Amino acid sequence: MAQKPIVDFGAIKNGLDEVKKPVQVLDENSKVIDKEIFDSFSDDELLNFMEKMVWERALHDQTMNFSRQGRMGFYAPTSGEEASEMGTVLAMENNDYLLPAYRDVPQLIQHGATVTEAYLWSRGHVVGNKFKARSMMPQIIIGAAYVETAGVAMGLKKNNEDAIAFTYTGDGGTSQGDSYEGMNFAGAFQLPALFIVQNNGFAISTPRNKQTAAKTLAQKAVAAGIPSIQVDGMDVLACYAVAKAAREYILAGNGPVMIETLTYRYGAHSSAGDDPKRYRTKEDEEVWIKKDPLVRLRKVLEDKGLWSEEKEDQMVEDYKASFKDAIKEADAVPADKVSDMLQRTFEIPTPEVKKQIEIFRAKESK
Amino acid sequence: MAKKTYIQAITDALDIVLEDDPKTLVFGEDVGKNGGVFRTTQGLQDKYGEDRVFDTPLAESGIIGLATGLGLTGWRPIPEIQFMGFSFEAVDQIVGQLARMRFRFDGEKTAPVVIRTPYGGGTHTAEMHADNLENYFTGTPGLRVVMPSNPYDAKGLLISAVENNDPVLFMENLKLYRSMKDDIPDTKYTVPLDKANVVREGTDITVVAYGAEVNEALKVADKLAEKNVSVEVVDLRTVSPIDTDTIFKSIEKTHKVVIVQEAQKMAGVGATVASAISENAIMSLDAPIGRVAAPDSVYPFALGEDIWIPGADEIEEKINEILGY
Repeated sequence: MAQKPIVDFGAIKNGLDEVKKPVQVLDENSKVIDKEIFDSFSDDELLNFMEKMVWERALHDQTMNFSRQGRMGFYAPTSGEEASEMGTVLAMENNDYLLPAYRDVPQLIQHGATVTEAYLWSRGHVVGNKFKARSMMPQIIIGAAYVETAGVAMGLKKNNEDAIAFTYTGDGGTSQGDSYEGMNFAGAFQLPALFIVQNNGFAISTPRNKQTAAKTLAQKAVAAGIPSIQVDGMDVLACYAVAKAAREYILAGNGPVMIETLTYRYGAHSSAGDDPKRYRTKEDEEVWIKKDPLVRLRKVLEDKGLWSEEKEDQMVEDYKASFKDAIKEADAVPADKVSDMLQRTFEIPTPEVKKQIEIFRAKESK
Repeated sequence: MAKKTYIQAITDALDIVLEDDPKTLVFGEDVGKNGGVFRTTQGLQDKYGEDRVFDTPLAESGIIGLATGLGLTGWRPIPEIQFMGFSFEAVDQIVGQLARMRFRFDGEKTAPVVIRTPYGGGTHTAEMHADNLENYFTGTPGLRVVMPSNPYDAKGLLISAVENNDPVLFMENLKLYRSMKDDIPDTKYTVPLDKANVVREGTDITVVAYGAEVNEALKVADKLAEKNVSVEVVDLRTVSPIDTDTIFKSIEKTHKVVIVQEAQKMAGVGATVASAISENAIMSLDAPIGRVAAPDSVYPFALGEDIWIPGADEIEEKINEILGY
């Protein structure tokens, strides 16, 4: 005879699986879903969102061209993620602190680094990290930025600054223990930190459903006592509105927030050239291409008479010209020296490092 | 001047740096109300408040990440890793992140963090509490590793570590915590982060040691002095960097050397010292380099420590071997 279980874990599990619809302002046919948020934007703001996304798409296209020409180092393609990246980063203020991951170079540039610096970072030159922006360099170790974000946010709070820390990771990044540690510290100390998970469906090739049994990645914040929400990551208006609201909530002293953006990268994981055809189908890709963030907002702007193909083409041309100037500037930066690498290892070089500096200086002066 | 234990010396140093610099912060597991599991931070939270001295969640990577982020935003954090064996949980944060910060940003962004952590065998602790793990961290460019052998140095080195702008791993020897007392000044003083100390002058043989083994070497030096053997003992004090000049100067005089470490023999500080001597000062020697180190097994469970950790007997035996060469 089947007995009623003492605890109905199945029901508890089902409860976890009930999730709310992601926040959306425009659907993929450019239909306004949330009129209140939509009406809160001026035409200038809508134009600015579009221009930033066009800029990011152009940056991606031109940079991948440079990459194919052998003129870049490691670079992570961003095409498809414009709404998620620009929408959230536009909610940042100058004095906010950014802790980006390697796919977040466009946000770093928006936050104040130059394209030349970004290119030098990609190539692997120290000048690429010497940006004036209040930011870490794009983090390579997945999860590391999350624990550092707790520290930066605590520092901002202790400094009594009107500023918060913004950090990014991907769907795979939420599996790292450090991601939980960082969020948990931020929750425990009620720190001004915004954790953004850009869920593009794949960690290199591993699909999102293999990362975790959790129904959403936003749920990962719940255990740390952090409010979290899913957002349509192909809808720049939703991404911006939610990030802006999160920043205000955090700045008011309410502690951290986590946002999961549902997005997609059209390209490969990195410029190193993995082939997405090995792990996803053309049909899968087409589903997401239909949700394209630029197409979606472009139609709204065209309907308002604020946008035209000619205008966009000219914009793309101008942006691409600026990226060509930037890479020329990067080409002109002198090569690094071993003596300088040694010099920057410690503030006061150790006796052994001092000896090695002298040896390399002598070689370099020949 | 007052007689103080190694722990009291460290508490003194923390008290001084918290008083001197309002940007210093002390945090970690149980460092607040409890004053640390060894009472090293006793009374500091009462004196400086919960904003400056505070408990963290139980997560080492989180603790060091917190420190690094605080360092980047203008603070001078002094986090504690409760036992050094737990530092493996934070290896990326220490080696992959903190130690590289100055290099990454060419000094434009830095994190002046001092990580305090107890280590060292002989007190019969649980697993992963006593291992000598300096060998993992001395291979890290950008990180200084400090291992005081006595209360006087512990206070002076800790103050230097906090005032220095590079990250420092400050290793505190568990066995020495309460087993020895020094007369130390109540006021502030510093001990340099790149100078070994000749703790006993001698003419027949040099013993290079650090941490608790310095005291074992001194016991042997006392014993052999009765037999008219004059042993010079060099205390490294810092194992990254290693002050090789002081070692070379000593062996120019004695022509013989024994290098002692509590850690396993493989790939470590002793090997680095031996290599530096071989490369730069081999002609000073008239006998092979002697080494005393723990066996290359996994660190023993508590009941195995007494037969495993090298001490005065092993040092004496090795000295006699090298002297008789």
